[in-house]
Amino acid sequence: MGGRESTLVLLDENGVRCDGRKVDEPRRIMIKAGGLKNADGSAYIEFGDNKILVGVYGPRDVHPKHMADTDTGILRVRYHMEPFSVGERKNPAPSRREIEISKVIKEALLPAVMLEKFPRTAVDVFIEVLQADGGTRCAALSAASVALADAGIPMRDLVAACASGKVADTIILDVNNEEDQAGQADMPIGYMPNLDQITLLQLDGILSPEEFKKCVETGVNGCKLVYDLQKKALTEKYFQNGGEQ
Amino acid sequence: MSINVIDDLKRAKIVELLDQGQRIDGRAFDEPRKLTVEIDAIPKANGSARVRLGDSEAVCGVKIQPDRPFPDMGDKGIFICTAELLPLSHPSVETGPPGPDVIELARVVDRGIRESHMVDVSQLVIEKDKSVVGVFADIVVVDYDGNLFDACSYAATAAILKSKTPKWELKDDVPTLVEGAEFDLPTTTIPVSVTMAKIGNHILVDPNGDEWDCMDARITITSDSDGNIVALQKGGDSGFTIDEIVKCGELSIKAGAQIRETLKQAGESSQ
Repeated sequence: MGGRESTLVLLDENGVRCDGRKVDEPRRIMIKAGGLKNADGSAYIEFGDNKILVGVYGPRDVHPKHMADTDTGILRVRYHMEPFSVGERKNPAPSRREIEISKVIKEALLPAVMLEKFPRTAVDVFIEVLQADGGTRCAALSAASVALADAGIPMRDLVAACASGKVADTIILDVNNEEDQAGQADMPIGYMPNLDQITLLQLDGILSPEEFKKCVETGVNGCKLVYDLQKKALTEKYFQNGGEQ
Repeated sequence: MSINVIDDLKRAKIVELLDQGQRIDGRAFDEPRKLTVEIDAIPKANGSARVRLGDSEAVCGVKIQPDRPFPDMGDKGIFICTAELLPLSHPSVETGPPGPDVIELARVVDRGIRESHMVDVSQLVIEKDKSVVGVFADIVVVDYDGNLFDACSYAATAAILKSKTPKWELKDDVPTLVEGAEFDLPTTTIPVSVTMAKIGNHILVDPNGDEWDCMDARITITSDSDGNIVALQKGGDSGFTIDEIVKCGELSIKAGAQIRETLKQAGESSQ
């Protein structure tokens, strides 16, 4: 939250947001399973103006070897933004922000993947943000789940992710870049709908206890919308008739 | 930050006790460890605090100096908070660039204080777009027994609360110190972070080192003086249900209120 002053009207008197959406309306979301030839699993997501590509390799041998765990497979996640993905060129070296996001996405995915079936191996998830427009970690996490499923890794559930937040004293779904910069709160949520488990949760911004509860519920509802699209992406790839019985 | 490997026997004992409603160190589930705060531990800093939470200990020094503003924030001063684990804090800590755990620690502590708007950066402008005051709160961890998030956060908050800032004026475009014009660093609220561990179905406030090593997941929630939640970070390899998250929010506000009093009293008794 920059909390920066701006002339931008984030929410007008009719409840319409700066990009024309209603308060509980997500941006346009398109998820595609597969697409990369060499990766064991892959996915592409467009979430508003975010464009993110995810490739998954593994389970495969662990290098360096000392990282291997004899009891379980390990998950490694790299979240990386291209230098051209944001307004001003980004230094291509991993920033502290990217290292933290890699870690929270890894921890959000771990409860879903059944790595105990693959001891001494690693599953590598490579997330490349081609274009960023607010909410990249949620879009990246949603796409990473689909890519893991596409790689055939056994999973307990898909992790769906969406942010909620607060602008103009109103709880909103799916915070975009402008709302993130000038709004009052941003809360990214990762959620496994079938297991009712929140596996990613962050917040910056100020919320009263009542707003906090509403914000979590709003975000979880967004996750459920994303979840349907994730399942649709997988059925479209694996059932030629589009999943119809 | 699992810097220990805990043996299965100890883990089994901790879980067994929890199922009987007891913690390994005898605390209630919602009870933080004893917090001791020493203000102005480093007189050469503009503000400082040495904080011991159970057997986790952190020292924070605040340095205040003129700086150039960020390009798009010419009307605001700068606040930056860092955290580092010193090699003397634990046998497994090595020198070298920080790993993801330490980077996360530093960023979560920074975010809690930043998002609460504790430091009123709008009052830290020497001349708009040209020169502003930078406040750097650097935290070092000197002893480890779990939950560094809260130990570091309390150290920074306590140090900032009693910081004094020198005054500068621009003379020929150079910030020049105005002698004898020191004033209290302007603050608006007292953020308090409360970290909770989830072990099985149990939620534990302020996990100690052993609990930290065998927890399934954790959550750090920062609240401000008005009882609002200002920042939050979930971590660890498992998840929380919605009900658990809401309960953690309530726990953090309740436990945070007591700790806020301890921090305030430490500041008052130092005068």
